[in-house]
Amino acid sequence: MSDISRRKLITTGLAAAAGVSALGVAARMAQKYGLVPPDHGGIYGLGETLTYASQRLLTRHSLAREFRRNQISKIPLANEMAPPNEAFKRLQSGGFADWRLSVDGLVDRPASFSLNQLKSYPIRSQITQLACEEGWSYIAEWIGAPLSHVLEVVGTQPKARYVVYFSIEPDWWESIDMADALHPQTFLAYGMNGNELPVGNGGPLRLRLPRQLGYKSVKFITHLTVTDSLKGFGKGLGSASPEAGYAWYAGI
Amino acid sequence: MISHPRFYWGETGNVLTTPLFKLPIPSSRALVPTGYGYVLPDQNGWSRYLHFQTAWVLVLTGVLYVIFSFFSGHLWKDLLPGKADLSWRAFSTAVSGHLRFKPPSKAEAWSYNLLQRLTYLFVIFVLFPLMIWTGLAMSPAFVSAVPATVTLLGGQQSARTIHFLDTVLLLLFLLVHVVMICIAGFRTRMRAMITGQADTNLERT
Repeated sequence: MSDISRRKLITTGLAAAAGVSALGVAARMAQKYGLVPPDHGGIYGLGETLTYASQRLLTRHSLAREFRRNQISKIPLANEMAPPNEAFKRLQSGGFADWRLSVDGLVDRPASFSLNQLKSYPIRSQITQLACEEGWSYIAEWIGAPLSHVLEVVGTQPKARYVVYFSIEPDWWESIDMADALHPQTFLAYGMNGNELPVGNGGPLRLRLPRQLGYKSVKFITHLTVTDSLKGFGKGLGSASPEAGYAWYAGI
Repeated sequence: MISHPRFYWGETGNVLTTPLFKLPIPSSRALVPTGYGYVLPDQNGWSRYLHFQTAWVLVLTGVLYVIFSFFSGHLWKDLLPGKADLSWRAFSTAVSGHLRFKPPSKAEAWSYNLLQRLTYLFVIFVLFPLMIWTGLAMSPAFVSAVPATVTLLGGQQSARTIHFLDTVLLLLFLLVHVVMICIAGFRTRMRAMITGQADTNLERT
């Protein structure tokens, strides 16, 4: 009896040790291959890491579903509730002629773009769904320049791992990894359903990221930074969302 | 659910479109017309984190359970009804006996009866897989890789509605399950569930 239990104890011990070291190796590999989200700390970190890692492996190049023109929602819900700030109103009264998007960080040629410059780049459109974490959704045609094109213009450095983007509204910022930043459906969107992008839907310029929930598609974008680490931004959790209790990765 | 207590059918749905049904509860978002004069505090952040972490627990333990029950004989021996039970007569006898609170025979007390077996099979192989499926169908990233997950259900909002109705059924199952345990004897049943051993001498004495 004692013999068997000793043998059992040793096997169990070895199995446990192997399990723990396998987990350790897995964690290091995950870090190395960018499979760990910036909000991986805390009690929900494991679930978030599993979701982000598995979806990164499964969906790196997959395209968000696109819809037929007749599936476009009759009225694209404008859910913008925060009143635009003074800086925004000033630009709005000038027809957004002076709206600028500045790009800096790990790029060879930091630059500041006007809306007209962005519109001079290859125009792309997508009919995709915007799904809010609250539960509602709508389908619209989004028109804009692929973020990857703008990143090519400024020359992203090889060290780049994330793109951080900021709204003109203070404390409204998000970030995405390079897989999403270089994804062909990630747009700097300035148009919707054949027209200018309405203010209620994020005009004159919003990010469009159809493979994640709506809150990652930040409205009124004025600034992009390319970085290799999110530690220096806010509380280091990757974006304003985790600071407000929401997940950084919203592919679900 | 509280942030948008309206349910739709098809691909899209929002406050500008007609819902399939609404829950008569206040919302945590001012945008939703609920008829209540107040807005509940937003609890979506942590509850979403908890929801998706728990989803992993459900999937991983569920897969282990199904594999184990397949190979250990649990599925064949305890869950699939015997040949003799697969008739309308056996079914109606079981239902009527059940409705009259007829105590189980000794042999029945050792095992699951027909209604239990059918319910457990339905929960394990229909409700839980459907829950996981409809959950994945709401993930914009997952459906980009496997679009059929959502198109087969008729759209993302259909998936959300089925996900909700499935929740109601599972909650109903949980409630009835707990009530039945209390009726059958809370201590003995809990002991049986935890240890896997049923002491039938203690049943209904």
